[in-house]
Amino acid sequence: MSRWTVTLPLALALAALTGCGSGTPASSPAAASSGGGEATTLTVFAAASLTGAFTELGTRFEAAHPGTSVRFNFGSSATLAQQITQGAPADVFAAASPATMKTVTDASLAAAPATFVRNRLEIAVPAGDPAKVDDLKDLADPKVKVALCAPQVPCGAAALKALDAAGLKVTPVTLEQDVKATLTKVRLGEVDAALVYRTDVLAAGGEVKGIDFPEAGKAINDYPIAALTAAPAPGLAEQFVDLVLSPQGKDVLAKAGFETP
Amino acid sequence: MSSTRTAPGRGSDRGREARAVTGRLPWTLVTPALAGLAFLVLPLAGLLIRAPWATLPRRLTEPHVLQALRLSLLTATLATAACLLLGVPLAWLLARVSFPGRRLVRALVTVPLVLPPVVGGVALLLVLGRRGLAGRWLEESFGVTLPFTTAGVVIAEAFVAMPFLVISVEGALRAADQRFEEAAATLGASRWTVFRRVTLPLVSPGVVAGAVLCWARALGEFGATITFAGNFPGTTQTMPLAVYLALETEPEAAIVLSLVLLAVSVLVLAGLRDRWVTGP
Repeated sequence: MSRWTVTLPLALALAALTGCGSGTPASSPAAASSGGGEATTLTVFAAASLTGAFTELGTRFEAAHPGTSVRFNFGSSATLAQQITQGAPADVFAAASPATMKTVTDASLAAAPATFVRNRLEIAVPAGDPAKVDDLKDLADPKVKVALCAPQVPCGAAALKALDAAGLKVTPVTLEQDVKATLTKVRLGEVDAALVYRTDVLAAGGEVKGIDFPEAGKAINDYPIAALTAAPAPGLAEQFVDLVLSPQGKDVLAKAGFETP
Repeated sequence: MSSTRTAPGRGSDRGREARAVTGRLPWTLVTPALAGLAFLVLPLAGLLIRAPWATLPRRLTEPHVLQALRLSLLTATLATAACLLLGVPLAWLLARVSFPGRRLVRALVTVPLVLPPVVGGVALLLVLGRRGLAGRWLEESFGVTLPFTTAGVVIAEAFVAMPFLVISVEGALRAADQRFEEAAATLGASRWTVFRRVTLPLVSPGVVAGAVLCWARALGEFGATITFAGNFPGTTQTMPLAVYLALETEPEAAIVLSLVLLAVSVLVLAGLRDRWVTGP
């Protein structure tokens, strides 16, 4: 048995693997134009709290641009920002906080983000309000089980800000990884109260009751949106951002409970 | 690691059954084999290459890291103890007692092994949560709530890890020579004495291997824990949860935490290899 039969394939395999293991990934070839036309798929990365409103806007966008399809990737803003800086082929990024958008603009992957909506926190309690919570200071009661978002994600940062503004010390039983997970704990009745966005309370329907509190005004979350510089479909990206900023877009977002600037 | 379906402790020596046919190695097999190896090894190498070695000691000794590590070791150990208490008798039942529906029971025992852990977490929540079938009764009668407590973490880990132990011990019991047990029984030993003095010592390597696998699986448990027990530093935030949240803001911290878990896994594997070496 010759030694080459082992070493040569090994060398080839390693060369092939290390060769594509370094440097930045090339942008997706899915945008390969046919006949000078633009790609027909638009990929939008958006914060989890935008799920309902953006899905509807996507349907409208497809109706206005026959032949195009809109794909969404909804998730925690921080995770999405990470994926974009790691080279994920996205056209538009809509984040739940300026800080997560900054991660992307700092990497020069997006220019001139625009704030398109604001979101306000509310206290969410299970239908029937078993722990008789009616304002923010009730959350400081050790008998009340509270869920908050983790401070690393936008809704958690906003919750801390609001509690600080009220001068309250709240010990939650859990710090959830995103706003939808926090809301789920309320829906299931596992906690007596949570701080989530007003839009999430609306989306949960009758299972969850929302309670407004004045300090929420001190922790308003701005949502920035931007077309990405490395977008595989730059034309469509611009058009989608325009739709979100248009009166029609604002109308859909306002129906979902967002405040429009 | 979570999808190993081999029953350890069967001690079959397959070392030399595939004697290489003389002649050239077939490229068509060697090339994909090496690609497969690289696919499994390179991501782990990536962790080592990207690790912030300079700041590693400082990051490892940060209070929240040590807190998560301590909690992980404690809960994984408690979960393994619970699995041993319940899992060894269950394995014995499956291997030594024939009862109607045994095959169905064996299939049910392995369900948590193939179930996505998040689904396991949801299932636990619906049974043991505050509004769950058993959870409601626990709270009304004893004032005990399990979600968001360290006990909840242990339950989530035990639920996911126990099948490893049961399968491993059952395999060892089936492979063990039953004549010793029969001899002890004919000499007048009760079933309990036979189990304690003959059966357990016979299958102890299988029990140890199963316990180690079970412990490693419990240590790495993420989905069921975050769903059922939530995430709070010091109470329910185990290492995998800390890794996930660190990724949101500090990828470097996440790499450091991952390295710790990787080191533990390698140590476990190294320990197991010595257990499984059977014969020359």
